[in-house]
Amino acid sequence: MFGYEFYVDPSRCIGCQSCLKACEECETHRGVSMINFDFIDRPDGIATAAYVCFHCEDPTCAQVCPADAIKVGEDGVVQSALKPRCIGCANCVLACPFGIPKLVPEYEQMMKCDMCYDRTSIGKKPMCATVCPSQALAYVTPVEMAAMRRDQPVNTFYFGEQKVVTKVYMMAPAERDFLSVDVADYTWEQEDAYAI
Amino acid sequence: MQSEPTRPPLWREEFSVFKNDERYVSRRQLIKFLTLTSMAMFVGNIWILVRGKLQGKAPEPPVIPVAKLGEIPVGGVKLFQYPRAGEQCILVRTGEDAYVAYSQKCTHLSCSVFYSQDSRDLVCPCHEGHFSIRDGSVLQGPPTRPLPAVTLERRNDQLFAIGMTNTGAEQ
Repeated sequence: MFGYEFYVDPSRCIGCQSCLKACEECETHRGVSMINFDFIDRPDGIATAAYVCFHCEDPTCAQVCPADAIKVGEDGVVQSALKPRCIGCANCVLACPFGIPKLVPEYEQMMKCDMCYDRTSIGKKPMCATVCPSQALAYVTPVEMAAMRRDQPVNTFYFGEQKVVTKVYMMAPAERDFLSVDVADYTWEQEDAYAI
Repeated sequence: MQSEPTRPPLWREEFSVFKNDERYVSRRQLIKFLTLTSMAMFVGNIWILVRGKLQGKAPEPPVIPVAKLGEIPVGGVKLFQYPRAGEQCILVRTGEDAYVAYSQKCTHLSCSVFYSQDSRDLVCPCHEGHFSIRDGSVLQGPPTRPLPAVTLERRNDQLFAIGMTNTGAEQ
C-alpha cells in the first residue's frame, strides 16, 4: 500500500496475542506465527512486546545466507527464506540483530515475517496490524501516526558499531531520532544478580 | 584521510540479496559457454597431437655410471638420479650377480618406494603399494602402472644406466 508504513510500539502491547493468532491464519504459512512475542520480565511483571521483522534496508540475515535464500523484494520487504534454497543452517537466526528469523525444525527451514506482502500488495493491511486492539502494531500513513502519537518513529538502530536502517519504524521517546543497543550490556556476565 | 568507496566483490553483485539486482546466467549464455569451452578443448587436443607428431623421436637417454660391482652387499640398495638430476632411482642387488634398478617414484602418488628385505619387493609406504622386484609390476595396492625400470649394462666392473622402460612415454 503506497504511503503506508509499519509502526511497532512495544509500550502499547497489552499481551493479548491477537497478532499471533491472526498471523497463524495467513494462507501462506498457516499454523505458524511469524510474530516475535516476548514477555519482557516474566517473573516480576506482565509487560509483553510483540514485534515483526523490521525489514532492514541492508538485511544482515540475507547477507549472511550461504544459500542466497533470503531476498529483498521490490517493495523493500525482506522475504521469508525461499523454500527450495534454504538449508536450515540458522546463520540468519544468529546474525539478525533483532532476533527475528525463526528456524522451524519441522520444516528445517527459516521462516520470518514478510509483512504479508501478499496482502499489502493488493491494498490490505498486514494481518497483525488489522487485529491489534491497542495498535502496538500499526500500519498507517506517517501523517496519521503523527496525529495519533507523541512518540517519535525511528528507523535507525545502532547495535554496537553496526548501523541498521529499517523499513519498519519503532516508536521512541520524542527527542530520539535513533535507538542504540550495545549487546554487551545485556549479556549474562554483566548481571550481578546472578553472581553467587 | 577518506578512503575511497570500494567496489563490492563480484559474487555480491551476481548474487545480490536485492531481487532487482540479481544477475542470473541465461540458458543461452550457458550453452555459449559450454560450446566455446568444448571447442577450445578440442583445438587444444589437436594441437597437442600435432606437436607430438612434429617433435619426432625423444633424445637418446644418457649413459651414466651407477655403481661399482660389489659396492653394495646382496640385498643392499643404492640411490641414484637418472635420467636427470632430481629423478630418484633405486638400485637393488638381488643376488650375488643380479642387479635391478627402478624409478623410486611410485606410480600412484609419487611417494618414494623402498626395498623391503622381508617381502623382497619394492614397497611404497604411503598407501601400501607393492611392486615386484623382478619386473616392477604391481603386486598390490592402489598403483595401476608398473614402476619405470632402468636398463643396466655392465662394462668391466662398473654398472651403467643406459635407458628406461615402462615410462609410459614409449608407445
